[in-house]
Amino acid sequence: MSGASHKVTFTQPKEFKFTKENMVKVETHIAKYPKGKQASAVMPLLTLAQEQNNGWIPEAAMEEIARILDMPRIKVFEVATFYTMYNLAPKGKHHIQFCTTTPCWLAGSAEVVKACEKHLGIRLGETTPDGEFHLSDVECLGACVNAPVFQHNGDDFYEDLTPENAVKVLDALKAGKAKPGSQIGRVTSMGVKGATCLHEQAKKAGVKDAS
Amino acid sequence: MLADKDRIFTNIYGWQGPDLKSAQARGDWSGTKEVMAKGQDWIIDEVKKSDLRGRGGAGFPTGMKWSFMPKESKDGRPSYLVINADESEPGTCKDRDIIRHEPHKLIEGALLASYAMRAHACYIYIRGEFMREAQALEKAIEEAYAAKLIGKNACGSGWDFDLYVHRGAGAYICGEETALLNSLEGKKGMPRNKPPFPAGAGLYACPTTVNNVETIAVVPEILKRGASWFASFGNEKNRGTKLFCLSGHLNNPCNVEEAMSIPLKELIEKHGGGVRGGWDNLLAVIPGGSSTRLLPKSICDTVLMDFDSLRAQNSGLGTAAVIVMDKSTDIIYAIARLARFYWHESCGQCTPCREGTGWMYRIMQRMVKGEAQLEEIDMLLDIGSEIEGHTICAHGDASAWPIQGLIKHFRPEMEKRILEYRKRIAA
Repeated sequence: MSGASHKVTFTQPKEFKFTKENMVKVETHIAKYPKGKQASAVMPLLTLAQEQNNGWIPEAAMEEIARILDMPRIKVFEVATFYTMYNLAPKGKHHIQFCTTTPCWLAGSAEVVKACEKHLGIRLGETTPDGEFHLSDVECLGACVNAPVFQHNGDDFYEDLTPENAVKVLDALKAGKAKPGSQIGRVTSMGVKGATCLHEQAKKAGVKDAS
Repeated sequence: MLADKDRIFTNIYGWQGPDLKSAQARGDWSGTKEVMAKGQDWIIDEVKKSDLRGRGGAGFPTGMKWSFMPKESKDGRPSYLVINADESEPGTCKDRDIIRHEPHKLIEGALLASYAMRAHACYIYIRGEFMREAQALEKAIEEAYAAKLIGKNACGSGWDFDLYVHRGAGAYICGEETALLNSLEGKKGMPRNKPPFPAGAGLYACPTTVNNVETIAVVPEILKRGASWFASFGNEKNRGTKLFCLSGHLNNPCNVEEAMSIPLKELIEKHGGGVRGGWDNLLAVIPGGSSTRLLPKSICDTVLMDFDSLRAQNSGLGTAAVIVMDKSTDIIYAIARLARFYWHESCGQCTPCREGTGWMYRIMQRMVKGEAQLEEIDMLLDIGSEIEGHTICAHGDASAWPIQGLIKHFRPEMEKRILEYRKRIAA
């Protein structure tokens, strides 16, 4: 749900233009789709605009995308408001999105959220006064065997979280030193006890064997 | 237990590189041209013989689906393959591992499947949250183009083939194939009425097949090792190997490839490290992702993990995402949270789903506290049956199933909570 509960005041810029570098990417995206089907590029262009504009899409960017793709403004607005990853308002420098759906909840996501809220002094849906952090809860992120997880600024996943290590990740993010992936040293989606199959490959890779 | 030599995804955990050289050392892209030389109909026939069923949840026979595609274009419309990498079903994280660790299996499969269906272009629709995975995939695609494995005259086969990645932006409903196609066309991800089916009019109103990532990624191995090899695993009509995602209250949650029809208990004990606190501490399992009805322990003791065995228990294999819950679980909350998921992800197009998912979620929230009437348990079933079958897509149906499973197996628990709440209020 974009924007509804944020606490930061902001103004919509009057104008938005893609940078020269991004205009090359715009052309690459449009070229992926058949002639006349350039509307297909609306999603990649919205994503690009969000990346260029510090994590949120101003209205002027939607107007610009409508112009580039030669589609009605309303069609761009419809798409921008339908998908939850498009932020239509600023979300803080570090947007933390906790997965709280059942598999993560079973693994303790509620306690992770609580610890992070306490650490930052804000609740879900809020931004810290210094604009550093914004906390959201989201639906299943698709990393369930490494639950609980959160995503940072729509790119990196931080996995196998506990109340203790999640708070450390927040500090590390602020310091620019966070390491994505498992926070308990697990190898991707292999069990924490080690390999239960592919024994020969495990041996070659020097990975712990569970058997 | 599946022998290591029969595993398709030998780099599922990413111990080796996802790059082309490492992939080739694992056997990817070997003999691709020779397979293609056997012809398009041979490929479709072999996939039919393998009994491969779609790995995205519905379990439709893949070879049959492919055979719905036109063999030649009479009106000039091109055919498309679209790969569904919008992996969002709670509990499911297998396609993520294929994409980031075995991207070349997917790309090779995309070429073979597209060739079989006479498609010169394929789009992979990947969920927006999988940013790093999309980057890994793009990189692998670049490698494949540079090595002339795809592109003009792919693998020297004479077939031109282009492959593109399209990122979503956070909408579960885009995993529904026609919503995915709308999204790919630059529209809101709302499912389309069927017919027309995608094989007749899909992407840009052209013949289209939508397949799951895992379905496509196992195709090269099936064609190289032979349909009979693949069909030697699992029970009749439920053949092959399958990636399972084991999450929840386990000692060793993990993703693992196993033979179809493996007993659930064996899967959990051999790979999941057993239920936290032992098998007797098991309360229930959601066997195939959030949409499938939960199974109480008594069924988990013996049930086999395949489409038909789970259907016989009024549940389903779905995406084979096994969510394990031990006796400490507030099972009513676990399902109420899924009710919130379906409410949040309803696209809002059909009234029964848009409104009904909200009604069910709000009632379920009260059920968690016990702040409800006993009659409301049946009311939940009524609402579910009013949604089921009355919507354009299966999202509405899927929203009703978890609650039906809860009521079927845990009604006494719900009643107890309501009565306890009353007692507390009265005191």
